[in-house]
Amino acid sequence: MSSTTLNAHRGVTANILASAPVGTRPTSLAPFGHALIAAAEMNPRVVGLTADLGKYTDIHLFAQRFPERFFQVGMAEQNLIGIAAGLSRSGYIPFATTYCVFATRRAYDFIAIGVALGKANVKIIAGLPGLTTGYGGTHQGIEDLALMRSIPNLVVIDPCDATELRQAVAAIADYDGPVYMRLLRAQVPIVLDPATYQFKIGAAVCLRPGNDVGIISTGLMTERALDAADALKQEGIDAAVLHVPTIKPFDHEAVCEFADSVKVVLTAENHIMTGGLGSAVADTLMQYRIYKPLTKIGIPDQFIECGSVPHLQARYGLNAEDIARTARRELGIPVSELTGDVLRTVSVA
Amino acid sequence: MTKSIDQEILYVEKKALNLRRHVLRMAEIVGQGYVGQGLGIADLLAALYFREMDYNPKRLDWPKRDRFVLSTGHYSIGLYAALAEAGVFPIEELDTYGADGTRLEMSGSEFTPGFEMTGGSLGHGLSQAIGMALGIRLDGYSSRVFNLLSDGELQEGSTWEAVMSAAHYKLDRLYAFVDCNNQQADGPPASVLGIEPVRDKWEAFGWHAQRIDGNNVEAILHALDVAKDVKGKPHAIILDTLMGRGVSAFETREKNHFIRVESDEWELARLQLEQSAL
Repeated sequence: MSSTTLNAHRGVTANILASAPVGTRPTSLAPFGHALIAAAEMNPRVVGLTADLGKYTDIHLFAQRFPERFFQVGMAEQNLIGIAAGLSRSGYIPFATTYCVFATRRAYDFIAIGVALGKANVKIIAGLPGLTTGYGGTHQGIEDLALMRSIPNLVVIDPCDATELRQAVAAIADYDGPVYMRLLRAQVPIVLDPATYQFKIGAAVCLRPGNDVGIISTGLMTERALDAADALKQEGIDAAVLHVPTIKPFDHEAVCEFADSVKVVLTAENHIMTGGLGSAVADTLMQYRIYKPLTKIGIPDQFIECGSVPHLQARYGLNAEDIARTARRELGIPVSELTGDVLRTVSVA
Repeated sequence: MTKSIDQEILYVEKKALNLRRHVLRMAEIVGQGYVGQGLGIADLLAALYFREMDYNPKRLDWPKRDRFVLSTGHYSIGLYAALAEAGVFPIEELDTYGADGTRLEMSGSEFTPGFEMTGGSLGHGLSQAIGMALGIRLDGYSSRVFNLLSDGELQEGSTWEAVMSAAHYKLDRLYAFVDCNNQQADGPPASVLGIEPVRDKWEAFGWHAQRIDGNNVEAILHALDVAKDVKGKPHAIILDTLMGRGVSAFETREKNHFIRVESDEWELARLQLEQSAL
């Protein structure tokens, strides 16, 4: 194969700024930045901070609008969280942005002891969740939900889209306590209808009723779960979708009720399959004696290489067709009955 | 009527003696603890709580209060003494120090009245003090924030993140006291990981820095007065202190980071403390 042909089939690791949406839905530009400005206009105690990632976390919009209420702390994530905690102790509502990897890996003790222990009113907004960057293990926040979920007192949110992100910013600004929220930045798909959807901290939402397979999803995987449900419906498979934006506190009741109503349960998360949504669902179902077959879809227990985002998401099985394929398999539908579209091979390393 | 400086010194020294008495009272009940630190830092705490700081012991959440931020949680025994002496909680409560279920834990936390944050995991305090000071400045208040760090804490990288940023923000109402008592868990800092020259480091990071005898009340009050007149920079006051100060039996112990004291030694300790004040 000539190198020209090879390149024609390859994606490339993009600039880190580009976290291009994969789907075909309309998008909204920098929903977090605009929502934070709106929250700050409502409440003069809202302030913003970043650790040299203003543009990359969309908080630069807030900084332009409220320069006196914005603090650039430089590349120092421990100090970022510490200063945010101190601001909260002076009665402010700090929103501190960085990437998932830096917030959780570098500043863990500062989040646990400086923020969570005494329920300081700090909002940690963390970009590049899971496989939304082409950069490798250094930048992909693949295990942040597991780390944050294990800290007492902390609210942990993985929003699905621009609609939810906007609503969640308003909700956590009103909530008096520590929050870790994953960020979707730049052009963010609009999946949920802003006219009807209502985000509430701690509440899971059934977006699609159904009886055969129940897909429990969080974050950007909810868009793919909905697409998978549509594809399955075409084949006569009744797929339900429960969106769980809040990983902690966990909506045990909704998860139990949902799992009880279907034959098999899938979980779908943009996160390793250890300690995140799938683990939370498994804990809950066992604890409440809901014995249903459970299959996790997520990132395997390994560090992921660099690559283009679509390539990585396909390679590690995070697309709608991967969810649909897993659903058919778990429902025991023979492979021979699958359509060509479904047979698309996804090689998982 | 305004006190003369001599009167102030005498008053603060008397308070420092009371704090040391409280420290011994607490430590004797549990038979061990961070007695050396509590005794060593008593002069600074007396200077802050009984001359320098503007606060109301009956209204701890007063937004315009000056704040004391304790990074070093194991120094809590000293802060409990100061808070009790100031009337934040009854002096009798000191007898619960280190007991199960107490508000006065061996390593203190923000759940104790008068504690602005939870120290103890070292390298947190200065960052939080900066955040408090930024908030105070946004509110337009003139309150000051006083942070106490230890010499060993200078080995935490996060301390230097904070030092760098405080100078960047020109927080001249922020004070960092570095207690150089020359002891950390594994021995003197010079043998663990050298930290000197401490004053030069803070100055190089853009702070106004002074180094004084931290067990000399007059020197502490003077350093605070000097710092007040320096604008546009945060203030580091490096304190050379003697662990166990006031009780010669503790001062001369080679390893006094965490002191265990036999039950018959307390009477001698109390006697030595009273003699030191004569």
